[in-house]
Amino acid sequence: MILTIEGLTKVYGALRVVDDVSFTVPSGDIVGVIGPNGAGKSTLFSLVTGFLDAAKGQVNLDRKPIGSLSPVERARSGMVRTFQVPREFSHLTVWQNLMAATPKQSGESLTNLFFRPGRIREEEDMNSQKVDAMLDFLRLSHVAHTPAGRLSGGQKKLVELGRALMTGARLILLDEPFAGVNPVLIEEIAERIRELNAQGIGFLIIEHDLGALTRLVSTLHVMDRGRLIASGVPAEVLANKQVREAYLGGTS
Amino acid sequence: MEAYLVAMAIITAIYVLLALGLNLQYGLTGLTNFGHVGFFCIGAYTAALMGQIGIPWPISFLAGAALAALAAWPLGLVSLKLRDDYFAIVSLGFSEIVRIVVTSEQWLTKGVQGITGIPKLLGFLGTGLTQSLAVLALLIAVNVLAGLANRRIVRSPFGRMIEAIRDNEEAVKALGKDPAGFKIQVLMLGAALAGVAGGFYAHYIGYIVPEQFIPLITFYVWMAIIIGGVGRISGAFAGTLILMIFLEGSRFLRGVIPFVSEVEMASIRLGIIGLALVLFTLYRPQGLMGDYTKR
Ligand SMILES: Nc1ncnc2c1ncn2[C@@H]1O[C@H](COP(=O)(O)OP(=O)(O)O)[C@@H](O)[C@H]1O
Ligand SMILES: [Mg+2]
Repeated sequence: MILTIEGLTKVYGALRVVDDVSFTVPSGDIVGVIGPNGAGKSTLFSLVTGFLDAAKGQVNLDRKPIGSLSPVERARSGMVRTFQVPREFSHLTVWQNLMAATPKQSGESLTNLFFRPGRIREEEDMNSQKVDAMLDFLRLSHVAHTPAGRLSGGQKKLVELGRALMTGARLILLDEPFAGVNPVLIEEIAERIRELNAQGIGFLIIEHDLGALTRLVSTLHVMDRGRLIASGVPAEVLANKQVREAYLGGTS
Repeated sequence: MEAYLVAMAIITAIYVLLALGLNLQYGLTGLTNFGHVGFFCIGAYTAALMGQIGIPWPISFLAGAALAALAAWPLGLVSLKLRDDYFAIVSLGFSEIVRIVVTSEQWLTKGVQGITGIPKLLGFLGTGLTQSLAVLALLIAVNVLAGLANRRIVRSPFGRMIEAIRDNEEAVKALGKDPAGFKIQVLMLGAALAGVAGGFYAHYIGYIVPEQFIPLITFYVWMAIIIGGVGRISGAFAGTLILMIFLEGSRFLRGVIPFVSEVEMASIRLGIIGLALVLFTLYRPQGLMGDYTKR
């Protein structure tokens, strides 16, 4: 699944929050987006996934423009995002959060509910096994039956990630997936992202934690005040003077 | 005394149906329906009009439920475009429009005069206690069925999804699930329950006028589910019972407090119920049975 962004622009009043951004996420690639706070990274995600309308520009999935599709339709076509501030289903348990994300459940139909309960039970059992495996991997098994609202910030990020993975998406957009997650687990999740990537799932990742990200991605894009100021392989981009000034404040 | 208690139980059971419907809508899905009485009214008038021309009650009740659900459909479409607080206002407006329509369409509803002589349910049992008890038994059976159906919904993937919608609609969309269909179905389902409640009400009271379908009824149902515990099926039952005890209990104050008129007394009763609600939200915000936040 190839994602192409062309000249994407979002304006709030006089502020160009996302300003003429273009790049491609090749099929089955891992691409990173970095930039200082307020650079417009999260807004870019919302434009791509249809949660916000762009003032200008185009988004293509597999070379077809998807600008007219709703967020739901875009997610169904295989591109799923997470949110920077976790949007867990706070009163559902962690297990239920992931179960809810499973696609094509016949138990979501009221008629099936009353006329095909057997089939729903079978499906639930099957999905439950997948969810259990996912929770195991994300080190969330011990809180499987805790309401997600009671988790720590880092655990909530993992629930978001787990839900996105459960959807069976071909391209996953992660907004700061490592924020608040403990360093050991970050490495393990990065490893798992590599594994999933080997199976052909593409990732576009916004991250603050440059360490984990730069080792993961093939291409890094840097945003500053809405604009793309550099793109390329991580080592090159991080050596770029403009990037160091904008993002790292010239230090380090 | 028995007749009084049976009458109270019947009214309580009718309100339980209303509360189960609102609990599905607000308690589980987060839909701020402030127009519940509109569906109740549609069910009542449908059953009354069909009952008058001799159509058997099971058919007229189903028709009332279907019409109430049908009326909920456009309201559901509207709800998709509105924030919760605006939907509350729009739905309140909807129920007032229903009331204005039944007031003004005199050729059908006899306007403010209302419809009288609605036949008793199970009339072959006469008009005594036996008949009332039979109606109560029927209502309890319907309540149990509705409660079980509610439980099956809550414990299903459908129920999981509507609770997810209540908790975070944007996240539901991000997962490729469309909240729209779920919200509309829930609104229609809750409306159908209210429609059935209306049918029982019309036949039980025997006459209906538009004044019986004021927004106060909606707020009684809201109080019931808040007292019982929002999002809890058992709360719909318990809350309604407590509400009725308050409503009826405050009626007896009439004999205790001297020199108040009928109108003043009505206000005092409402004040007492309001106070009870405030105390409840202060000291037991999760309701009697605990709400969805305390699972
Ligand atoms: N609704 C809004 N109205 C006005 N400005 C906004 C709005 N939403 C975001 N912004 C601004 O857009 C800029 C980009 O925000 P964001 O995309 O969240 O940045 P990042 O994710 O890179 O930290 C910020 O300066 C923010 O204040
Ligand atoms: Mg951000």
